[in-house]
Amino acid sequence: MQLIAFYILSTIVVLSALFVIAARNPVHSVLWLICAFFTSAGLLVLIGAEFLAMLLVVVYVGAVAVLFLFVVMMLDVDFVELKQGFLNYLPAGALVALALLAEIGVVAAAATFGGGASFDPKPDAATNAQALSKVLYTDYLLLFQMSGIVLLVAMMGAIVLTLRARAKVKRQDIAKQTGRKRKDAVELKDVRPGQGI
Amino acid sequence: MNLLADLQVALPDALLAGFGLVALLLAAIGGDRISGLLRFVSVIALAAASVFAFLQFPLGDAEAFNGLYKVSPFVLFAKGATYALGALSLFMSGGFLKTASMERYEYALLVVFAALGAGVMLSANDLMTLYLGVETLSLSSYVLAAFQRDSLKSSEAGLKYFVLGALASGLLLYGSSLVYGFAGGTGYAAIAAAENTVGLIFGLVLIICGLAFKASAAPFHIWTPDVYEGAPAPVVAFFATAPKIAAVVVLAHVMFTTFGPHEASWRMVIAIIAALSMIIGAFGALAQNSIKRILAYSSIANVGFALIGVAAGVEAGAPSVLVYMTIYVIGTLGIFGGVLALRRGGQAIDQVSDLNGLFKLKPGMALAMVILIFSVAGVPPAAGFFGKFQVLMAGLNGDLLWLVVVGILSSAVSLGYYLRLVWAMMMKPPGEPLDRTDLSVSATVLVTAVLAFPVITIAIQMLLDAAQFASAG
Repeated sequence: MQLIAFYILSTIVVLSALFVIAARNPVHSVLWLICAFFTSAGLLVLIGAEFLAMLLVVVYVGAVAVLFLFVVMMLDVDFVELKQGFLNYLPAGALVALALLAEIGVVAAAATFGGGASFDPKPDAATNAQALSKVLYTDYLLLFQMSGIVLLVAMMGAIVLTLRARAKVKRQDIAKQTGRKRKDAVELKDVRPGQGI
Repeated sequence: MNLLADLQVALPDALLAGFGLVALLLAAIGGDRISGLLRFVSVIALAAASVFAFLQFPLGDAEAFNGLYKVSPFVLFAKGATYALGALSLFMSGGFLKTASMERYEYALLVVFAALGAGVMLSANDLMTLYLGVETLSLSSYVLAAFQRDSLKSSEAGLKYFVLGALASGLLLYGSSLVYGFAGGTGYAAIAAAENTVGLIFGLVLIICGLAFKASAAPFHIWTPDVYEGAPAPVVAFFATAPKIAAVVVLAHVMFTTFGPHEASWRMVIAIIAALSMIIGAFGALAQNSIKRILAYSSIANVGFALIGVAAGVEAGAPSVLVYMTIYVIGTLGIFGGVLALRRGGQAIDQVSDLNGLFKLKPGMALAMVILIFSVAGVPPAAGFFGKFQVLMAGLNGDLLWLVVVGILSSAVSLGYYLRLVWAMMMKPPGEPLDRTDLSVSATVLVTAVLAFPVITIAIQMLLDAAQFASAG
């Protein structure tokens, strides 16, 4: 059963990866990429790493792919022009592809003949997420907190370098609105009949 | 695992981290109105962290956080100095920030976080902790370099620093992954116990490259003159002091402890880096006219000198590195204070010719600057001479005669540009009058000058003893 699921999922991953580079429309490419991410998450679930699967969906689909979509849609890149000269790059590309293929072959051979290492996705815990959090919040507490500080500094940096308070922009100030008194805004005038104000 | 006991070992860093987080929250509510107050409180927090670091001296070696973090007198010495220098450079920056209209609350917080990163990388006992410390320091530094965002030069400095720094971080990470693969662990103890294999040496060399970049040692120094020239003056005063001593001591510490058993493999690498740094630092500055660029090359040369101590090996070199870096950063802080203090018509001075006749305009400041420059150049009887003497002796004890000769020759060459600064201040006719200097800056300059001569000259034995004690553990 697992084997069937594995073959179905991996076929979809490979096909959608192929469509990422084959699609004419760059937006379609990104959508195929999202499809590839989703199915890879399925593969991770199959080996029992459900936490990594969720991370893949949250981080790559939720953030990275959406960022790609934004970039593709907002930048006016002429993708047709980018794709020209395909034949020129073919030899170099084929070489890289061959190297990758050979590496896959070496790994597969090592796994088949070398007996492959056994793999336990959830050592001493009920689930994968528990196994991770067990070390993340105890043994590696310092690293976890320091990573938080690194990210905080990065966020501060982005704000410092880009946020500008523009003087002429009008903003809604709710406290100011609700704090307005009747006498500041409305004035009663006694208008005599037959006369204007 | 006991969190309280761990925090006690990491008290200076924990204090700084806690302060940074709380202050960030308060500043986000208070806005830029409280930036002056925040800077003041940050100076106090950094100074307090520095005092705590020195108070931890009797603790000896102590591990915390499951062996990821370790303090020893050697790193505590550098940590205390780093925090104190961070406090001083922040203390000096007020006037400049106001006149350049870049007074924003993030400035003080970034300095605090940068100092925290330096402290964590000093206390690292694991390559992962080391990397996180280096990243915290570097990210804060990139932003600080580009802090004056309306200035083209400052933005350029930030971008250059960022791109090259990211490359260096990549080298450090790649080296760490190789070392992890061949040593079977990322902890310093595990690496020290590992067998000396080709892969390990490969990783070791890449780690040296990454750390040498942070310390701006040649041939990884290319960013230094541009960043020093472009970044705002108080930021450069910080860069040239606090992270510098931290980076050099981290490099020394990683070599001495982590790769101590593999000493034969790295001594020549460090010696070559030291020789290149001294030569490039000495000759590069000769043709420069910008004071900040000259000081950048001077810092490259001085890091080269400190690395003689590292190359000499742990017994001969460790105390001399501490002594040399302490004396050097005191001198540099004072010189940058002078550069910060001197303004003409609201503009910070930049060219050597702007210093012309400083002695006639501001005699006290000029005298202090001359003492500081002599100290950094290593002219007796200023303190810097004793620092240089220590590392050169360490080099001799470590059988590195050729390196000592290179050091002495390059030191003589570099006197050329140091004397040029002194000549401009003392002998040239004065130019336009200068603006009034901030009290905080002139006080710092005077105090560092008095430290450089005569205080440390007289008390050199105390400093030597302290460094000796710190290195012995």
